Amino acid sequence: MEDDESIVAAEKLKKYFPIKRGFLETLVSRTDVFVKAVDGVSFRMQKGEIFGLVGESGSGKTTTGRLLLRLTDPTEGKVTYKGRDITGLSSRQMKPLRREMQIIFQDPFESLDPHMVVKDIVAEPLRIQKATKSREELDERVKQILSEVELFPPEEFMLRFPHELSGGQRQRVAVARAFVLHPDFIVADEPVSMLDVSIRAEILALMLSLVEKRGASVLLVTHDLALARHVCNRVAVMYLGRIVELGNTETIVANPLHPYTRALIAAVPVPDPSSKRLGEVISGEIPSPVAPPPGCNFHTRCPYAHLRCTSEVPPLIEVEKDHWAACHLVDRPSQDSTPA
Amino acid sequence: MLQLDGLTTNYRTLRGWVRAAEDVSFTVEKGEALGLVGESGCGKTTVALSILKLLPSGGRIRRGKILFNGEDLVPLSDKEMRKIRWKGISIVFQGAMNALNPVFKVRDQIVEAIRLHEPDVSKSDAKKRAEGLFEMVGVEPSRITNYPHEFSGGMRQRALIAMALAANPQLLIADEPGTALDVIVQAQVLQLMRSLKEKLGLSMVMISHDLSIVAEVCENVAIMYAGQLVEYGSAEAIFKEPLHPYTQGLIGAFPSIRGERKKLVSIPGQPPDLLSPPTGCRFHPRCPYAMDVCKKEKPQLKKVGSGNHYVACYLY
Repeated sequence: MEDDESIVAAEKLKKYFPIKRGFLETLVSRTDVFVKAVDGVSFRMQKGEIFGLVGESGSGKTTTGRLLLRLTDPTEGKVTYKGRDITGLSSRQMKPLRREMQIIFQDPFESLDPHMVVKDIVAEPLRIQKATKSREELDERVKQILSEVELFPPEEFMLRFPHELSGGQRQRVAVARAFVLHPDFIVADEPVSMLDVSIRAEILALMLSLVEKRGASVLLVTHDLALARHVCNRVAVMYLGRIVELGNTETIVANPLHPYTRALIAAVPVPDPSSKRLGEVISGEIPSPVAPPPGCNFHTRCPYAHLRCTSEVPPLIEVEKDHWAACHLVDRPSQDSTPA
Repeated sequence: MLQLDGLTTNYRTLRGWVRAAEDVSFTVEKGEALGLVGESGCGKTTVALSILKLLPSGGRIRRGKILFNGEDLVPLSDKEMRKIRWKGISIVFQGAMNALNPVFKVRDQIVEAIRLHEPDVSKSDAKKRAEGLFEMVGVEPSRITNYPHEFSGGMRQRALIAMALAANPQLLIADEPGTALDVIVQAQVLQLMRSLKEKLGLSMVMISHDLSIVAEVCENVAIMYAGQLVEYGSAEAIFKEPLHPYTQGLIGAFPSIRGERKKLVSIPGQPPDLLSPPTGCRFHPRCPYAMDVCKKEKPQLKKVGSGNHYVACYLY
């Protein structure tokens, strides 16, 4: 079932984090309590694709990204990278693959070591992977990537500490660090959410041009559907650890099937004061993933919830071509498989 | 109701005066909401803190007037200001997650605010009022005896709004409400702000870096760049017909969920260092239309077209 075109695939991925409790509490009740961060997620990313993972905080989108990179181990399920099952690989076996997989973190104020100068931050992946033969080559690689992320002149930036840089420049350094090894697969975890609106577009454009030049694939984790719309080919909308809708970005924005996706679209603030919102804003907040509601876990906030939603988990089914949704409003029986 | 006239606030640092806000003038009528929009570091929070005279040490109002109901707040002593704060003007601070005191119950924090400003209210009355406030902002009143950590982000933001309303203020300043919140919760909070404004006839100054958030609540918008106002007008005029190149840049940088999928255009360059801001128009180093005169002389806000639309730019 693995085709050559897919770069990463998640198959029924689950990640449960155990909750630490006091010794006495464990005596009283034997059952362990878990945070169900990711609860059965399957999707496949094509080569060269920019895939968006959209959801509120607590929906499990970041954990999914980390699982794909094997930065944390899944409780259940399988991660395939370039057709190879990497779920059980040891960290030594993972090391050559790490060269091809990178991550860009959300907060450029915390993801850069304040004690290191830009040159060392960007050179660290090269050093760990022993990717360069000489010190001159290392310097050259760092210089080249810094000019690619438009930190001019690179010689000057190489000796600066992160605190001497603006937020946008820091995120450029983070992008340089992620791209210096020419990775094939990058997880970008809210790469611009900490930045001002006016510089977001610039950092995104920079990332996209690097991705295009290198033919890399990106998993963009974001809470902002409007942003995903401008960047991603396909998106998956997550809610409480499950994918509720998956498909082409434009299709999903134009014709959202799941009530949660509709709510997300309705909630995006619109700069045009004369236009009305696309729908009603739903009430309530995302429930705790420790005790998610039974059945469809969105039913507590769903305006269309009926009896079946409270007991039966809706499967993710292909409602129209390449457009998947997990909702009892759209499902027909005897259709259940994993999305392509 | 509130009128700022040439407000200039600077911060004293070892390297000189940081000119955080210069010559800022605007008015907010009763029941009106004004949005103050700009990048981080453009001085929008400084303006808010100046109005309440809550500037951190080193910050000083060097020129200008802040007229609140006709009274200038600038020469008032701290004791006199205390009567204005909370009862006249109150503020919802940035960062809902950290603005409540973690070691006190939420109710006690609100009761403290009420009793401090209205000492003749009995404790039990204050408690009842706190519950009423909770109901008004849409939090279950029974949760009022919780500690802040037991609240979700959205509830904390609502509690902060309730607290700001504790002494029935006439003007509410909201500094980046909803920026730390999820989209859906943020939309809920904005909806709440809008309904409060209508229900209570509140005047509001809303500060945000996000034009779309402000457009959801405010009738009028002021755009700030590097400590100065560059454009002022109705939210609709600013969005439909942005005049200043900076405003045009801000709108072009916005991903939108509706209409055509446009290419996002960013504003090149960095905001300037306010220790030594550029001469003339402070935007000229980043402006695609910069002319010679822009480098020499500072453009004044002037009325353009019909209606209440002002812009500080030599193109007009």
